[in-house]
Amino acid sequence: MSTATQIPFVEYLVLEPEPHLVAQECTSCGARYFDRRNACAGCFATDFTPVEIATEGTLRAFSIVTFAAPGVAVPFVAAVIDCGGTSVRANIINCPPDPEHVSLGMKVRLATTVVGTDAAGVEAVNYGFEPA
Amino acid sequence: MSRSDDIWILGIHMTKFGKHPNLDVVDLGAQAIQGALADAGVTMADIGILAAGNLLGSGSIAQQLQKQVGQTGIPAYNVSNACATGATALRTAIMAVKAGEVDMGLAVGVEKLAGAGLLGAGGRAKADESEWARNGRFGAVGPVDGRIGTESMPGVFAQIGMEYGHKYGGTSFELFAKISEKNHGHSTLNPLAAYNKAMSLDQIMNDVMIAYPNTRPMCSANCDGAAAAVVVNGEKLKTLSLEQQRRAVKVSASILTSDPWQEACQVLPDVNTLTRNAANQAYEQAGVGPNDLDLVELHDCFATAELVHYDNLMLCEEGGAVDFFESGAPYRDGRLPVNVSGGLQSKGHPISATGIANIWEVCQHVRGEAGDRQIEGAKVGLAHVIGLASACGIHILERSAA
Repeated sequence: MSTATQIPFVEYLVLEPEPHLVAQECTSCGARYFDRRNACAGCFATDFTPVEIATEGTLRAFSIVTFAAPGVAVPFVAAVIDCGGTSVRANIINCPPDPEHVSLGMKVRLATTVVGTDAAGVEAVNYGFEPA
Repeated sequence: MSRSDDIWILGIHMTKFGKHPNLDVVDLGAQAIQGALADAGVTMADIGILAAGNLLGSGSIAQQLQKQVGQTGIPAYNVSNACATGATALRTAIMAVKAGEVDMGLAVGVEKLAGAGLLGAGGRAKADESEWARNGRFGAVGPVDGRIGTESMPGVFAQIGMEYGHKYGGTSFELFAKISEKNHGHSTLNPLAAYNKAMSLDQIMNDVMIAYPNTRPMCSANCDGAAAAVVVNGEKLKTLSLEQQRRAVKVSASILTSDPWQEACQVLPDVNTLTRNAANQAYEQAGVGPNDLDLVELHDCFATAELVHYDNLMLCEEGGAVDFFESGAPYRDGRLPVNVSGGLQSKGHPISATGIANIWEVCQHVRGEAGDRQIEGAKVGLAHVIGLASACGIHILERSAA
């Protein structure tokens, strides 16, 4: 039995061997970016090197979004996670989306979820964070 | 008496905020301009530069407005800076006057936003039956809004308030709702506000949840509106009537900043650092401190935003925003009234107009013309606006000594 082909939802998510995020780190000042940059926004240098981001972190800010644009499933928990000093934007998943179960300072860890399957049978896999 | 390089607001006008189904964006902008010119006692023939802002219209709003109020051939600037667009237009006019290129400038901001719904959110979904294709600077195979956090404004600003709570403690759903209760209460005295009904804490907390902890009345009210201002230099002001000199309001500080790089600003807009930077520059330029202010109009686009700006504008000790609010200071009968207009949550937020409308509010008070909501004896006030991601405009306004 073959497993479906999977691709990461965004380029900064790496699925193998274990799912983790990879940032581009400025070799001059150490600033980290998840998107493509022409130069470092902090120091203007142009050389970057990939770095793995810790898969465990602390919930620093969140909102439980109950009203969103058409096509966006609600409710969901939007959050900022402090992963060993690198701030990461993510949803909190595998957790009831209410203030009794989501709290500032809670420990979370990276988890993955299948977003959908395309016409060629390829699954897109996204990341989120779940209670640790 | 005024120095020649001082900048003064000679006239300023704000339209009624709310629903204007029979007025288009040009009608509203023209109404604001004609109101500001009449308030200033001048005509378009006196104006040397026009700066105009409008985000959701068809473009070239400055020239569209000139065709309604007077085409005099002056330079016209169309400016765009998110929710700081109005302040940026004013700042543009002020820079031209300060540079000595013109004696008098005009700035206007106008927006038709009634019924606009959620701003900032959305994205293009994958068409069914197609294959994954990477897009954008994250190389995402679908919209990230709702899948990797939120891009909706209520959710973004909710996190900004929650982050303050994580850092300093003391915040709660109820606290944020109380801030909204204050502003809705203030708006009952403002006939130009989009909404002027008081709301109880229960009503606010039990209204529709948009993005916890912001319920609907804790979000800025989408509405139509415009505001315009005429600015003049001190030398020209001396040649005008004593009545014009008496009513002129001194622009003691006019500052615009953008967000400097911070570690987390790529995942959550940092509205704190650029506001604090702007406030520091404004206080220095004006030669006043937070304790000298008689009122503040700050950018309460959400209840969660108002809290952090008490701190960013240094109205309290660092980390002391919750205590500042709970002391009663920012209520209209408190030590330092904040958003006596009702703020964006109740007065409304026609985006491009907001950065001039907040200055209009402060001018009403320092001129002693604010009617029922007058803050007695107000001499100095501060107007603050934020646009993502990110711009911050701060103006400090002072009563004329004449």
